[in-house]
Amino acid sequence: MSTATASTTLSPDRVSQSLPPARKARPVAEFLSTYVFSKDHKVIGLQFLFSTLLWFLVGGLLALAVRWQVAWPWSDVPVLGKLFAQQGGQMAPEFYTMLFTMHATVMIFLVIIPILAGAFGNFLIPLMIGADDMAFPTLNMLSYWFMWPAFFAFGASFFVEGGAASSGWTSYPPLSTNVASSPGAGMGQTLWLVGLTLVGVSSMLGSVNYMTTIILMRAPGMTMFRLPMTIWAMFITAILQAFALPVLTAAGFMQLTDRTLGTGFFSPEGNIVNNAMQATGGGQPLLWQHLFWFYSHPAVYIMILPAMGMVSDIMTTFARKPLFGYRPMVYSIAGIAGLGFIVWGHHMFISGMNPALGITFMVSTMMIALPSAVKTFNWLGTIWGGRIQFTTAMLFALSFVSMFIIGGLSGIFMAATPVDIFIHDTYFIVAHFHYVLFAGTAMGVWAGIYYWFPKMFGRTMNEFWGKVHFFLTFIFLNGTFFTMHILGAVGFPRRLADAYHYETFHHLQPLNAFMTYCAIGMVATQIIFAINFFWSMFNGPIAGRNPWNANTLEWTAPSPPGHGNFDFQPVVYRGPYEYSVPGVEKDHLMQTDPPNAAEAAAAAAAHG
Amino acid sequence: MANDNSSDGSPKRSRLMGIFWSLLFLAVPVLGVAVFIVAPWYDIWLPKDVSEHGKAIDGLFMFILALTGVVFIATEVLLFWFLWKYDAASATGPAKYIHGSHAVEVIWTIIPAATLLFLAIYQMNTWADVKMRRPAMAASVEVVGRQFEWRLRYPGRDGTLGTPDDLFLVNDLHVPADEDFLVQLKSMDVLHSFFIPNLRIKQDAVPGMKIPVWFKATENGEYDIVCAELCGWGHYKMKGRVTVESRADFERWLEKMYAQQEATQPEPLSGADGAAVALTQ
Repeated sequence: MSTATASTTLSPDRVSQSLPPARKARPVAEFLSTYVFSKDHKVIGLQFLFSTLLWFLVGGLLALAVRWQVAWPWSDVPVLGKLFAQQGGQMAPEFYTMLFTMHATVMIFLVIIPILAGAFGNFLIPLMIGADDMAFPTLNMLSYWFMWPAFFAFGASFFVEGGAASSGWTSYPPLSTNVASSPGAGMGQTLWLVGLTLVGVSSMLGSVNYMTTIILMRAPGMTMFRLPMTIWAMFITAILQAFALPVLTAAGFMQLTDRTLGTGFFSPEGNIVNNAMQATGGGQPLLWQHLFWFYSHPAVYIMILPAMGMVSDIMTTFARKPLFGYRPMVYSIAGIAGLGFIVWGHHMFISGMNPALGITFMVSTMMIALPSAVKTFNWLGTIWGGRIQFTTAMLFALSFVSMFIIGGLSGIFMAATPVDIFIHDTYFIVAHFHYVLFAGTAMGVWAGIYYWFPKMFGRTMNEFWGKVHFFLTFIFLNGTFFTMHILGAVGFPRRLADAYHYETFHHLQPLNAFMTYCAIGMVATQIIFAINFFWSMFNGPIAGRNPWNANTLEWTAPSPPGHGNFDFQPVVYRGPYEYSVPGVEKDHLMQTDPPNAAEAAAAAAAHG
Repeated sequence: MANDNSSDGSPKRSRLMGIFWSLLFLAVPVLGVAVFIVAPWYDIWLPKDVSEHGKAIDGLFMFILALTGVVFIATEVLLFWFLWKYDAASATGPAKYIHGSHAVEVIWTIIPAATLLFLAIYQMNTWADVKMRRPAMAASVEVVGRQFEWRLRYPGRDGTLGTPDDLFLVNDLHVPADEDFLVQLKSMDVLHSFFIPNLRIKQDAVPGMKIPVWFKATENGEYDIVCAELCGWGHYKMKGRVTVESRADFERWLEKMYAQQEATQPEPLSGADGAAVALTQ
């Protein structure tokens, strides 16, 4: 591509500069520095994308195994059954416990957080602010390569004695700290903590980089309030991450030393589990819950804010209309992030924490629904009076809004402390967070993939199969997750290998079987996506620079952009959402389009 | 526009697709509401409440359900209507060029803010009743969670825990009806959660802590005790039963159990350390 070559000559090529000339001739070193240990934010973004999609598959299969046991407990498990030959093909309850622990761990720490910040953050931030790369390319490369030891730690933990961690993704002590408490509380739990710490290091390196890049490396004319929502979301997420994550890293280390060095942060005096006594005591199990949720509740917003940003950009493009309430949208993201720090206690209403604290956390939690509501109303305002194009990316973005309404509203039930007494730790909460994280974030991620695929690979994905993928995913996800609300209304508890021996729950098996069929359908549907993704990468129609007629800076760069991104210096004249501007010939004004007569007159008046 | 419904061909066909997608989004509120209407018919709903405070909790649940239901239907139908009406394949002329409205933003900030604040305040009294206004009485029973059973200790004839006449049982809780009942909840090993769906009671048991749980059961019968906090591989089978019965039946049962315990234990145990005491059966 001539444009790609042009960009390489125009902008400083950091990698080739850092290498001595003699090594440039060696193809292996060249290959390694370009595709493996690359410092180019786009390559790193794609590395994150491929790794996380692979783990998405693993997490999805783990979910299916979980669903199998919930629907048909103690029946022969297909495929996996060979592992349990000595149990006659049945899944052991400790194996089930490990499955849901690792399903959540993989999905949260190896898929959602890295795909949003690592894949989309890396790929989009420099392109959308008009920079040639991140502020710290080496740090950026390290943030990806710190994921690999984490991949190994989590991956290897499946094969150690006792299996992988099995004390839930929340890893509550003493179940997690006392080595004798369960089979997975041995080496598996230690590897889990190591993996968690490494993921934390990776995220931290990313956060520092994103903040610096967005503050310092915006193109001329790109003021903060001309940033696309995706960038605002990434920026605020990075801040949130930088302030909350050290708490989890420290807590993880404390739990690690409780297990390995005999400290006693989280184990009470004289704690005996399974006839094994902890060497030291004097700790408090609730301390872990406070520290864990101090990070992990903000983490919930880390897992959705970037998707909200991407969805805002995609919806304006395909509604051909400016974003409704740009500043309220920015302030509400900031509001969610700020309030996000004082709501962690709503995970602990019935934990034994002083009930008076429950009241304050209820008020703050109720109030965090406010910025979410404001965002939803503004999205509706955005499509009102638009000219909606039902592309695959738009359908996924619209479904994000539709599903986020459900996930947001069901959160109010749990925020209400008296109601939470009944629905805490039931399938109601499982429904809630799957609506936020799967029906919300994952749908936003697919919207992002279909939307930015042309920029990543220079080709568009097949629209027909994209819509088939959307339709089936949408149907199956609601079949799987909506029904969980009514399961929760019965009080059906989560994390039970078999709940049907309880009188209260024995009639719920057919409903669970239905949900499992839907879950199987949902995972199977992703085959369509995988084929479309890889096929389009090589055979899709050539996209050109701006296939969607969008406004933001990345669409002025070549598709895919070469090293250094832009083959000209982008200068920004306006905000990102100037669609259907009256008196302008085309229906959109890109951020780099020179000012038209009306704008020039207005600017002159303002300066005069 | 090159991208506009490229796979759908003609404008007419693309309008049909627009209708199809709008209706798909309309299906969300329609089917969503239908699920909640149909579910109680199949008994997939709040289990029968047999506690005094449960009515307030169920009432709040239904109140929030109604409130969020209205918002859910309104926003989802609006989404459908906008998709239907502003489909690029049918709408004529350019999109509205509007960046927002200060007045509208203020309205849809203040109304939800007031509603949410009201909701929070409205919950407080029930919460305080269930978790903060502890009845002034001695513990009726001590419940100790242990992998994977509920160990119970009744105070016996003298009404005091930790004396030689304590009655030790496993998983078989009996409760007199229409009386305040105070559980002293402990854990021996890991976290558990004492969950009685029909009594609308749930409280984590934490090693190192004594947590009071109280309720007034209103209807005789046998109900499930479920562990609701992951406590290890056998979490699913940590099942107990609670029997609500009249005061007289309760007394008779206590006497019978105590006699059985004495028959199998010639010498009374020192009950000071209930955790390590062997069990009856």
